[in-house]
Amino acid sequence: MLRRTLARSAAALTTAALVANRRAVAQGAPVELQFWHGLTQPLGGMLEQIAADFNNSQQRYRINATYRGGYAETMVAAIAAFRASNAPNIVQMFEVGTATMMAATRATKPVWELLQQTGVNINFDDVLPGIRGYYSLPDGRMASMPFNSSTAVAFYNKDMFRKGGLDPEAFPKTWQAVAEAARKLKAAGIAAPMTTSWPTWLMVEQFSAIHDIPLASKGNGFGGLDAELTINNPLMVRHMQNLIDWHKEGLFRYGGRDNAADGLLPSGECAFTFASSGTRARILKEAKFEWGTAMLPYYDDAPNAPLNSIIGGASLWAMNKGPGAGRSEAEWKGVAEFFAWLAKPEVAAKWHTDTGYLPLTRSGYEQVKATGFYKQNVGADVPIEQMLRGGGVLTENSRGIRLGGFPEIRNIIQEEMERAFQGQQDARTLLENATRRGNVVLRNFERANRA
Amino acid sequence: MRKGIIFKGKLLPLILMLPQLAITGIFFFWPAGQAIWSSLLREDAFGLNRDFVGLENFAEVLADPTWREAAQNTAVFALSVAVLALSAALLLAVQADKAIRGSGLYKTLLIWPYAVAPAIAAVLWLFLFHPQIGLIGRALNAAQIAWDYRLNGGQAMLLVIIASAWKQVSYNFIFFLAGLQSIPRAVLEAASIDGARPVRRFWTIIFPLLSPTSFFLLTVNLVYAFFDTFGVIHALTQGGPAKATETLIYKVYVDGVENLNLGASAAQSVILMIIVIAMTAVQFRFIERKVHY
Repeated sequence: MLRRTLARSAAALTTAALVANRRAVAQGAPVELQFWHGLTQPLGGMLEQIAADFNNSQQRYRINATYRGGYAETMVAAIAAFRASNAPNIVQMFEVGTATMMAATRATKPVWELLQQTGVNINFDDVLPGIRGYYSLPDGRMASMPFNSSTAVAFYNKDMFRKGGLDPEAFPKTWQAVAEAARKLKAAGIAAPMTTSWPTWLMVEQFSAIHDIPLASKGNGFGGLDAELTINNPLMVRHMQNLIDWHKEGLFRYGGRDNAADGLLPSGECAFTFASSGTRARILKEAKFEWGTAMLPYYDDAPNAPLNSIIGGASLWAMNKGPGAGRSEAEWKGVAEFFAWLAKPEVAAKWHTDTGYLPLTRSGYEQVKATGFYKQNVGADVPIEQMLRGGGVLTENSRGIRLGGFPEIRNIIQEEMERAFQGQQDARTLLENATRRGNVVLRNFERANRA
Repeated sequence: MRKGIIFKGKLLPLILMLPQLAITGIFFFWPAGQAIWSSLLREDAFGLNRDFVGLENFAEVLADPTWREAAQNTAVFALSVAVLALSAALLLAVQADKAIRGSGLYKTLLIWPYAVAPAIAAVLWLFLFHPQIGLIGRALNAAQIAWDYRLNGGQAMLLVIIASAWKQVSYNFIFFLAGLQSIPRAVLEAASIDGARPVRRFWTIIFPLLSPTSFFLLTVNLVYAFFDTFGVIHALTQGGPAKATETLIYKVYVDGVENLNLGASAAQSVILMIIVIAMTAVQFRFIERKVHY
């Protein structure tokens, strides 16, 4: 009896589903598109709102934006889903995952190809050069859709600067001056004047770009998978040794990996920090003192410094369903339309001013500037100005990084830095070890992804 | 002696065993087989390129200094956790077994930590020992003791050992308490009448009679330290600083899930599987002989 009821209801359900499906197709129900992102609240909510606005603006496509954990988790989830032929249409991928996505040619569809195939037009000419360079092929064609880009800047406690007898309106421009300032702050009783978030991104990646020194051969990996790390160079050794010495001297506090040090400035522990421009929101909320934003320092005796900084954050990738499963034309078209929506000046401008991420285009920046936004939000334009430092002309070294397995290399460098700060090794050994271990990762990636 | 009842036919016993066999097959042999197969391959993260490389992954793992470092960490970590958790639990069980007021309450409270999820346990310890926000961490720094487990490897190891052992004390406590309660009172009373003091009674009677329990718990604790402490390490130190708290199981996760190096990760998990099988076999074969039942 029970079995019969079950069977009957199953049959009824199937019929209902079939009917519903047929009706939906007949009425031109929207094409469902999955979009996995890795942004926590409140940013994730703002992103989902953009998707909802897009859905309301037309009837043909429906974007389902869902949170899948942090960037790294989202990456792993998307890859696992791809292996199970269930990948999302769009995935948000952090900047260091770019090379991994790009090497998986059968898993992703580059944006230039997507636009060409679907006949949708997005003008990338006006995109900020630092953003464009990071996500494009060596010949300039776009590989992924830039979305939330940040860069790194210095944040400092103006009250503490006053206490240390420093000019609160002028953050030191050079590393030499930074050390002097830290010494004065230390003398004024601040236990740990300086710290940094994202040790590798700030002290190696940004540092190399700003000083126009290569991080890896083959144009930081843009030229091919056979690139090798070149971080063991005199300027890098000098800077690392400085950090180690400053750590010993008590001027610099190692605050942990990734963004673990983000809280040290707002809590009043450290007088200044180097962090993602996206930290601004947190400092606004938590800091109970007057603070300022400044560009990253440099060594003024380096010939080409200072150049533009490079970006962090994430871009959007159009993905295939699985190793043996394709997508319909309508799905690709929907993805392209959504990307075009994101590139609309008003959408991009709102995202920039709401979140503090970089504006997508130069003209978008000018527009926002004209509204007086940066007058009311002092310091919010520092990251953009820094992206355009050096005239906004990218060199091979300031374009970005395109290395496979780079998340792992980042961790390797952080580990070797930790060893150095523990007193186990000096800067030269640090960079030697990091280079050797990092190159193993690059060779493994090259081997696993040979065409 | 009468022969036991023998069931006719093979079908019924097979059917009765089937659920268990199915569970073992699906949840143990299948994934283990997959791990062995992946350990012989080298592939990209997306599974688009795949090469059979034989034992190359194993050779690379065994030659990798960071793997050997993780093996050392694991030995230190597992032994410390087992010793700490066992001795603390034994001490508490012996105390709680005494006729004291409110012993029922103590027993209940001592069992509670077992219900705490590893990640939550780690966060509790973080709130105690974090150098900036932790109560004890801040007190230590205020007392001029440089406490920063995020940079000091020894301190980080100490912290994950304490947090992991604390989680396991409750489990051990229950077993020790049950073991203590099964020791005949008459024996202890006889010893008392003979003039044996509590310490002597403990070492000559209680401890030997507890040895089956202790032996079982030692195995369980080592396996716990090898496998179940991932959550604690992940929440507290992420294997850092500078790999100081990276155990073998954590390295499997880092290489497989974070670095997407599936072949190496699978090879490591196969090695780990062999180590644990060997360890358990050795325990049963050699140590069990010395245990008084």
